[in-house]
Amino acid sequence: MTDQIVIPDTSAPKTVPVDERGEQSRWLLFYRRNGRALNAFLTFMLVWAFFASNNPTLFLIPGYYNAFLFSVPATIIITTALVFVIVSGELDLAFPSVMGASGGMFMSLVLLDIPILPAAAITMAGGALIGLLIGAVVVYGKISSLVATLGLNFFIVGLVNLIAQGRNIESRESVGTLGYRFFTGRWALGDTGILIPNHFIIALIWVAFCYVLFTYHRFGRRVQLVGDNPDSARQMGINIDRIRVGVFVFSGLAAALCGVILVQTANMVWFPTSGKAYLLIALAAVFVGGTPTWGGVGTIFGAFFGALTITLIPSGAVGAGFAGFWTDFMFGMVIILTMIAHRFSGARVR
Amino acid sequence: MVAAGEPIVEMRNIVKRFGSVEALSGVSMKVRKGEVLGLLGDNGAGKSTLVKTLAGVHDPDEGEIFVKGQLVSPWTPLAARNAGIETVFQDRALAPQHSIVTNIFMGREITNTFGLIRVQRQVAEANRLMREIGFTSKVFNPDSTVGHLSGGERQGVAIARALYNNADVIVLDEPTTSLSLTETQKVFRFVEAVKESGRTVVFIGHNIYHVYDIADRFFVIDRGREAFEGPKAAFRGADHLIEMMHQLAETGSADVSHLQATT
Repeated sequence: MTDQIVIPDTSAPKTVPVDERGEQSRWLLFYRRNGRALNAFLTFMLVWAFFASNNPTLFLIPGYYNAFLFSVPATIIITTALVFVIVSGELDLAFPSVMGASGGMFMSLVLLDIPILPAAAITMAGGALIGLLIGAVVVYGKISSLVATLGLNFFIVGLVNLIAQGRNIESRESVGTLGYRFFTGRWALGDTGILIPNHFIIALIWVAFCYVLFTYHRFGRRVQLVGDNPDSARQMGINIDRIRVGVFVFSGLAAALCGVILVQTANMVWFPTSGKAYLLIALAAVFVGGTPTWGGVGTIFGAFFGALTITLIPSGAVGAGFAGFWTDFMFGMVIILTMIAHRFSGARVR
Repeated sequence: MVAAGEPIVEMRNIVKRFGSVEALSGVSMKVRKGEVLGLLGDNGAGKSTLVKTLAGVHDPDEGEIFVKGQLVSPWTPLAARNAGIETVFQDRALAPQHSIVTNIFMGREITNTFGLIRVQRQVAEANRLMREIGFTSKVFNPDSTVGHLSGGERQGVAIARALYNNADVIVLDEPTTSLSLTETQKVFRFVEAVKESGRTVVFIGHNIYHVYDIADRFFVIDRGREAFEGPKAAFRGADHLIEMMHQLAETGSADVSHLQATT
C-alpha cells in the first residue's frame, strides 16, 4: 500500500489574517445576516402597497392607522416571545389560555381594590408561573410540546371557565385611573392626526428587550444552540432542560402582559374567551416573520413585521374595498407566498 | 509542572463493566507530555470505552486515574476538564446553523455581569485560537456559519474550542473518519499545530495509516486489555503495525519481542 499521507508543511507563517476576502460587500453581509427580517419587512410593505393602491386616499390619511396602532401591540408582544419557543425547537399552543387566565387574574385583583400597576405586575408573575408549570409538564413529563400544550390549552381554558362560570368581569370605575392611562393613554403625534397609544410604545420597548435578550444575552444564545442541536448543547455543558422550561416561562410572561393589555383596551372588561383568537394569528405572524419551523435560528424584528402584516390584513382588506369574507383568503395567500419567499433567504444548513 | 516525555495522564488498572459485560479489564495507559499518542484497536476492542473514560463520561469501576501525578477522584466530565483534558467526540458537538465563534463559546460564553455576551472579545479570542492551530483561510472568518464548512474545517472548530480552556491534553476521537484525503490533511495540520504548542494529543482512529502518520507512539488494545504499545521507531512502518494487529485478531497475541526494549 502506498497511499500514505504526507503531512503538509506546517512551518508556513501563521500570521495570515483569518479572513482576507475583500470582495464580500457590507450590504451582502448585512443581507446574509438579516435576510429573514428584511424579507418580512418587504412582505409588510408589499401587503400595505397592495391595499393602499386600491384606495390611496384612505391609506394616506394618518388617522386611518389609529385603530391599527391600538390593536397591534398584543400581537407584537406574543409573537416576539413565541420566537424564543419556536427557535428552541418547541411549540407553544397554550399561550391563548394563559392570556385568558391572566386577564381574569388581573381583573380579580383590580376588583380587590389593588391598583392597576401592581395588579399588572402580580399578573405577569402569575403568567410566568403558569408558563413554568407548562414548561415543567413538557420537559420533565417528556411529552411532545405540540401535544402537551394543545392539551394544556384546553385544560386551562376549561379551568378558567369553571372558575368564572362563563361570566364576564367588569370594573368600569377603573377606566381613566392613572394605571389605566399608563397602558392605554394616547399621545398625539404632532398635528398629523396619529394617536400613539401607550401600549404601542410598551410593545416597541418589549421588542427591543426581546432583540437584546435573543441576540446578545446568554439565554437567547443558548435557546438558539439548544434548538439547533440539543445533543451538542448538552455535551458542551448547557442545561437544555432549564433552557426549554425557560422559553415557556418567557412565553407565559408575555401572554400575561398581553392579557392585561387586552382587558384594558376593552375598557376594563374581561371575557372568558379572551385571548382565544390569537392562537393561529400569532403563530402565523412568527412564520410570516421569517423564523423557520425547524428551530435554531429566528428573528425578532422579522416577527415584529410579521405581527404588523397579519394585523394589517383584516382591516386593510376592508379599507381597500374588499368584502370581509376575503380576509381568510388573503391570510392564506400572504402566508403561503411569504413562506415561498423565505425559502430564498436561506434553506437549513446542517 | 510535568517535563516533556513524562507521564501527564496515567490510568492504572482501569476496569469498566456494563452489566455483565466487561468492556475494559484492567487497562493501564500512560500519556506522555508533548506526544501524539495513537490509540488503536479493532471494533469492540474497548477503544471508545477507554476514550469516554479518559473524558470522564465513564467513571471506572476499578482503577485509578492520575493527572500530573495527582490522583483525581471522583472522575467526572467536569473533573477531567478541570484537570486539563479536553475531548473532541466523533460527532464534534457543533451547532451547524451558527457561527464559528458561537460554536467555540457554546456553553461558556464570555459575558458581563448582566449576562450580555461580549461580542468583540469572543471574536478576538476565536481569532487567536484559530490562528494557534493554523485554522485560517481566505474564505471564512469567525462569523462564518459552521454548516458551510467542510468536514476537516468543522474538526478545526472543535479543536480550536478544545484549546480555549488552555487544556494540556486534547483527546480526538476518530477525527478523520469519513473525511477525504485533503480534509484529513487539514486535520493533521491542526494536530501538528496543537503538538507544536507543547500540548499533548491522544488520537483515536481505526484507519491505521492515518494514525501511523500522525502519532509518535502507539497504544493498542484488544478485547478490553492492553495488547502492546511502543514508539514509532519500534515499528518498520504502518504495514508492520497492521500485520501485528492482524496477528492479534487471529491468534489473540502478537509478536512483541521487538518492543521489549523500547517501553
